Amino acid sequence: MSARLIWRKALNVTMLSLTGLCALLTVSALFFILGYLMWNGGKDLSWNFFTRLPAPVGEIGGGMANAILGTLKLMVLAALIGVPIGLLGGVYLAEFGGRTVPFLVRYTADLLNGVPSIIIGIFAYALVVMPMHHFSTLAGGFALGIMVIPTVLRNTESFLRGVPSSLREGSFALGANKWRMVATVVLPAASRGILTGVLLALARVAGETAPLLFTAFGNRYWSPGWMQPTSSLPVIIYTYATGPYEDWHQQAWAAGLVLLGLVLVTNILVRAFLTRGTSFERS
Amino acid sequence: MNAAFPLMGNSGASSSAATSKSRLAAEGSTTSATGAGKLRMKVTNVNFYYGKNHALHSVSLDVATNRVTALIGPSGCGKSTLLRTLNRMHETLRHTRLEGEISLDGVDILTLDVTKLRRMVGMVFQKPNPFPKSIFENVAYGLRINGHKGRLDEAVEKSLRRAALWDEVKDKLQKSAYALSGGQQQRLCIARALAVDPEVLLLDEPCSALDPVNTAKIEELLFELKPSCTLVIVTHNMQQAARVSDSTAFMLNGELIEFSPTGQMFTTPSDPRTEAYITGRFG
Repeated sequence: MSARLIWRKALNVTMLSLTGLCALLTVSALFFILGYLMWNGGKDLSWNFFTRLPAPVGEIGGGMANAILGTLKLMVLAALIGVPIGLLGGVYLAEFGGRTVPFLVRYTADLLNGVPSIIIGIFAYALVVMPMHHFSTLAGGFALGIMVIPTVLRNTESFLRGVPSSLREGSFALGANKWRMVATVVLPAASRGILTGVLLALARVAGETAPLLFTAFGNRYWSPGWMQPTSSLPVIIYTYATGPYEDWHQQAWAAGLVLLGLVLVTNILVRAFLTRGTSFERS
Repeated sequence: MNAAFPLMGNSGASSSAATSKSRLAAEGSTTSATGAGKLRMKVTNVNFYYGKNHALHSVSLDVATNRVTALIGPSGCGKSTLLRTLNRMHETLRHTRLEGEISLDGVDILTLDVTKLRRMVGMVFQKPNPFPKSIFENVAYGLRINGHKGRLDEAVEKSLRRAALWDEVKDKLQKSAYALSGGQQQRLCIARALAVDPEVLLLDEPCSALDPVNTAKIEELLFELKPSCTLVIVTHNMQQAARVSDSTAFMLNGELIEFSPTGQMFTTPSDPRTEAYITGRFG
């Protein structure tokens, strides 16, 4: 074997192992985080954790029921605010727009996607908290809703573009106008992909902390209605993990596990049930 | 120029066809029928442009009621373009321009509401394009968007029977249309088009994606539809044009070269280019 061939083979083996190693590291990062959270937080998970309010400092026990409910309420609001806008905007981009306007909208959406979440928080603070003079679930949901918009918009657009144009023609040929066509053929055909995108976008913002710090703020107690400050899992993790008490640290681990579980389960369910094949035939 | 188009002499009949949807008895011979039919559609001096590309050059064509008119010619000759102008499907594409006049039962189709026009002039496409819905919903689609009054299931059954598909699908109407074979899907698309009871049915190479057995079924179907519907078919297959049509138009480079009763076209073509094409010297 010539030296050149040996060199080439060695390079091949080295690069192959290097890429494999990096792939392995990527996967193991998730499992390491999951395992570490389970190890530290698993023992503090109990029925009480899901049903009780936080205990006063010094008392043992207590739970995070208000934070779990708070996070779910914030998700509902974020969906109500962000999904319609992102969805209809995506329909416009894919089906109605010309050339210049969609380009601008797409570009802006990508920029919005890149805006640091704390800036979104300040925005919501100025727009909702300041006029109301107090923190609220509404302000937190508003901030998260804005973060959902660009993801839903781009995802909706790409799934609508994936619907074959022959289906559009079929609908037009039967006398449908454009909106009729979109509503009865294109949207149903792309619905699974769109729903997947919506759920993944919501799961993504479920873990956002920064925009909630000065919008939803936090609350030791239940937060009735939508106008009171509310506790949420990411913020309570932040508060408890940086607090001075050992049992707070334990609770923060458990809350972390619950939050990760929520996001992971959503992800896995969505991928298992919604993306199994498309609802139209690919040509 | 009229001498080249034997049908032109009968254009005076178009006004009487304006109101009555008279059903002429289908005559057995494919050749003798052409001279006698009333006119359903009349294309006069049509020029068509895709942007700067001049796709149709002063095309004139008469479509006889309850007859099959075939459009043949090599790829890119404009036959599909001509077909698509008949129900204004070209308007779904940007940067297209139509000059000249096309009338349906004596009425200029450009003055009609496009939705209404497409209900009267249905279309079947090259590749079967059923919607990602159930068999039933596919056929009911046109009825639903046109605000059908009366029983949907009866109308759906009638259309499926007319498309010779009822016996094969009557037990699985709620199954996805994608569960059907390619040939069945194409007949489903025909049933879908027939459901709104069009006066004219345009078929754009409806058999090009099908095997010979299914092609034969569709051709037989065209024959059965003739007493109740006027048909215009674009085909690549000259034998098919000879088998199914009453009159044939030969197109080349965006021009209509010859339009004659089918029997005459395939035995004694008057233009040397037609003869060259149908004897297989080019195309």
